[in-house]
Amino acid sequence: MDLGAFTALELAEKIKQHQISVLDGVKYVFDQMEKHEDTVHAYLDTYKKEAYARAKEVQKGIEDGTYTGPLAGVPIAIKDNICIKGKKTTCASKILENFVPQYNAEVIDRLEKAGLVIIGKTNMDEFAMGSTTETSAYGVTRNPWNPDHVPGGSSGGSCAAVAAGEAYLALGSDTGGSIRQPSSYCGVTGIKPTYGTVSRYGLVAYASSLDQIGPVGKDVADCAALLEIIAGHDTKDSTSIKRDDLDFSSTMTDKIVGMKFGVPKEYLSSGLDPEVKEAFMNTLKSLTEMGAIVEFFSMKTTEYMIPAYYIIASAEASSNLERFDGVKYGFRAKEYEGLHDMYKKTRTEGFGEEVKRRIMLGSFVLSSGYYDAYYLKALRTKALIKKEFNEAFEKYDVLLAPAAPSTAPKLGESLKDPLAMYLSDIYTVAINLCGLPGITVPCGKDSKGLPVGIQMIGDCFKENNLFRAAHAYEKKRGDFGTAMEGGEKA
Amino acid sequence: MKQYETVIGLEVHVELATKTKIFCGCSTEFGGAPNTHTCPVCTGMPGSLPVLNKKVVEFAIKAGLAANCHIHQYCKFDRKNYFYPDNPQNYQISQLYLPICYDGAVEIETSAGKKTVRIHEMHMEEDAGKLIHDEWEDCSLVDYNRSGVPLIEIVSEPDMRSSEEVIAYLEKLRCTMQYLGVSDCKLQEGSMRADVNLSVREVGSETFGTRTEMKNLNSFKAIARAIEGERERQIELLEEGRAVVQETRRWDDNKESSHAMRSKEDAKDYRYFPDPDLPPIHISDAWIEELRGSIPELREAKMERYQKEYELPAYDAGILTESRHLAGLFEETAVLMGNPKKAANWFMVEVLRLIKDKGLDPEKVNFTPKHLADLLSMVEKKEVSAQNAKKVFEKVFDEDIDPVIYIEEKGLKIVEDTGFLAETVKKIVDANPGPLAELLGGKDKVMGFFVGQLMRELKGKANPDSVRKALTEEIERRR
Amino acid sequence: MAKMIDDETMENVCILAKLSLTEEEKEKAKEEMQKMLDYVEKLDELDTSKVEPMSHIFGDENVFREDVVTNGDNSEAMLANAPKQKENQYQVPKTIG
Repeated sequence: MDLGAFTALELAEKIKQHQISVLDGVKYVFDQMEKHEDTVHAYLDTYKKEAYARAKEVQKGIEDGTYTGPLAGVPIAIKDNICIKGKKTTCASKILENFVPQYNAEVIDRLEKAGLVIIGKTNMDEFAMGSTTETSAYGVTRNPWNPDHVPGGSSGGSCAAVAAGEAYLALGSDTGGSIRQPSSYCGVTGIKPTYGTVSRYGLVAYASSLDQIGPVGKDVADCAALLEIIAGHDTKDSTSIKRDDLDFSSTMTDKIVGMKFGVPKEYLSSGLDPEVKEAFMNTLKSLTEMGAIVEFFSMKTTEYMIPAYYIIASAEASSNLERFDGVKYGFRAKEYEGLHDMYKKTRTEGFGEEVKRRIMLGSFVLSSGYYDAYYLKALRTKALIKKEFNEAFEKYDVLLAPAAPSTAPKLGESLKDPLAMYLSDIYTVAINLCGLPGITVPCGKDSKGLPVGIQMIGDCFKENNLFRAAHAYEKKRGDFGTAMEGGEKA
Repeated sequence: MKQYETVIGLEVHVELATKTKIFCGCSTEFGGAPNTHTCPVCTGMPGSLPVLNKKVVEFAIKAGLAANCHIHQYCKFDRKNYFYPDNPQNYQISQLYLPICYDGAVEIETSAGKKTVRIHEMHMEEDAGKLIHDEWEDCSLVDYNRSGVPLIEIVSEPDMRSSEEVIAYLEKLRCTMQYLGVSDCKLQEGSMRADVNLSVREVGSETFGTRTEMKNLNSFKAIARAIEGERERQIELLEEGRAVVQETRRWDDNKESSHAMRSKEDAKDYRYFPDPDLPPIHISDAWIEELRGSIPELREAKMERYQKEYELPAYDAGILTESRHLAGLFEETAVLMGNPKKAANWFMVEVLRLIKDKGLDPEKVNFTPKHLADLLSMVEKKEVSAQNAKKVFEKVFDEDIDPVIYIEEKGLKIVEDTGFLAETVKKIVDANPGPLAELLGGKDKVMGFFVGQLMRELKGKANPDSVRKALTEEIERRR
Repeated sequence: MAKMIDDETMENVCILAKLSLTEEEKEKAKEEMQKMLDYVEKLDELDTSKVEPMSHIFGDENVFREDVVTNGDNSEAMLANAPKQKENQYQVPKTIG
């Protein structure tokens, strides 16, 4: 049996039917790590001993009826900005190099109750700020499809782990595209749910009004099943929404005849790589062939999305990261003279360049005299962008967009020009600004064999439309292939 | 010689008497060992999130209503960003743009009469932790027990003109907050803290001078001294042709002087912005009315009622209503025994004396009003002497004994046994032939001696009038 | 016209953010921030005069908890990561005031 061929749901089903054990699945992913981690470096920390022990415990639990869920026994990787009690959580930053939280993120509690096996923490851009996982303080992650290329970011480790077979499922976080874009680059499926769907308690905050934790998996059904487990109201998170429509698995009816899809014209501008555009247009064709109605329309606020996003995200980040000061936890500079020097040295030595860049920008746009012109202006722009999306969703069930303007760039290319890197987030940031759900499904490959993903965007609380459309398309698309067979071996 | 007017505004922080902190379920109880009332939220751990305590909102609304404020029925929290170790997130969650209450006013009374002090706004915020300076290692230690304790900050308009007015204003706030039960408001314990904003200007001037802010004022006396000191300092500067610098100054009550706290590390730019972790608050009309209805009779109303209903003088009404708790005990006693004037007198003399002697907190006085009412009834019916009653009351005050039972047990009850009384009188007179002779000889003062002897012999268990009567009768017989 | 980022502004930003950059780093940061600000100046093209700033996207309000003590003594856990501690408190360089 080739365990690598199974999706998470299939693996769990085989376990339930006693064809394989939980430990078999866990062993498999650690074997893959043996083979590929030296190259891919998706993980910052792995828990082999604990995972083996947990596998035995879950096995027992499945047999005695404790764990009855559809993903019980599945090995899952966790992005390193999600707190696990007793385990290092670094956010890929030096400033948290030795930080061990004494509490679980809410999502971790839910995973444990559902019988999943947590196998380790994945690499990311430092504090989730970046689009390539290259700003990590602990080394880069390489794209399993081609080790000279980035996996995307900031959830690059999570997506690479799934793509390399080093995990069946992963949790990522998405503030401006950090699940959707690396999913596209790594040829996996990932979804950012509606804001407030998944508790942020225990997720180290980057931009509080934009952050969401979301599932990454091999296919749409896996993501739906995982989202069901982690979604739901949490009293510890005041922005958590009470939803009673969390049965995502039953939404994959594949009935998309007559479903209306809108494509913002502005997204197909000159900045879009022609091969990505081709894959994208082919997907539109497939959808049309399945009976869906695909239309182009104008989204006038498109060119304002990135400025608004970066002002808001940096502002909130500059405040959220103030707590990293060497007083209560984490790194403290070795030498300093006095309190304020300790603050400055700790933060200057502890934070990487990109983080510092955004903290400075954020501090500036909130500062006296500029708050109105920048921060409030961005909030007003956000209102206009939201309004435009609302109007679009009156006409369309789902919006379609590329997940990124290109396939995965080569390592070392993107950090040279920060502004250019920010501009590549054009298709993803507005979704966070407006709290919308968005899913990436692999839809093609470029001439180098690098994956291309298509992004489907739903109205708030309409994950059902996304799962229905994505699953239907996925079925039509057929087997996408994995990094381990297609593309240069990692 | 120019005449200067002092212009004062106050920022008062009031610690709310909720059981838990404003954004987490940690206890606010005073005095725990360091960091034993903490959790990831109030220590700013990564991934922690605030959840608002409903009681804090209720207390803030009540405080605002009692101070005649308007309520912002739609309000939010904002983050105030600054680095300091007592601030675990290095931002304080407060309210700037939409404070919960605004445009209020309280009336104060000083030797110059009544005056209105306007309140600019009141808002909710979280308290910071405590910093202790360790002299041995020349470092500071941080305790986050206090971090996250709910506060309301009350910002007045610069309507005050003297330290007397400031003290009256603070007393008014303290009394109001205590009556509402939202805070015990003790300056000495830090549950009420006042920062003074002061400027001076020539009498008659319409514009305000540059103001300074003074902190570390831990008693009314310190506040008064700080006001005088700062007024003098500013006048001196102006007289010398120099300008007053807008700054924060720390008052040192031992040295009776202040020094500027500003350092160049203090950017003083708090970069307020709405806290994305906390949804806005919408306060309905119904909720406001419900809270308004739950506000008890406040001191002013109570004072007026005591003067009208119980016909007490204003002064007495004032003393009796200083503490709502004591006023409550008084009212109950008065109703039970049916003689408010007598009850008032007893409170003002005996109760207050005991409170003072024992250094007690009026809020902690706890005796059953029925017990005092019963005791006072017995005094009225002359069933116990006033002297003994005082002693018995001390027991009621300390141990809340039932005085009726106690008086019986200790045999203190005055029994009108005229036979026994006559016998005792005879005995005492017989035992003191000398004084008897003097008395019969015309020295009336000696009556006092006999009365004293008799009271002692009777162990105070006699009605003094009856004693005098019996004694007089006996003496007459001896003539 | 986007604000010109000068040395004084950079200085101020570094104080606010508690960062100390070398002269070289400051120059680079100045350039990058200027570029960003010039770019986001785009927003001025939009007429937002009649638009309220949207700080919260959903209309959720009044998320409260009851005034009940739910936490006990967590001091050991809270201090577990303290870089420096003494007598169950976090230790920092001397503060003034």
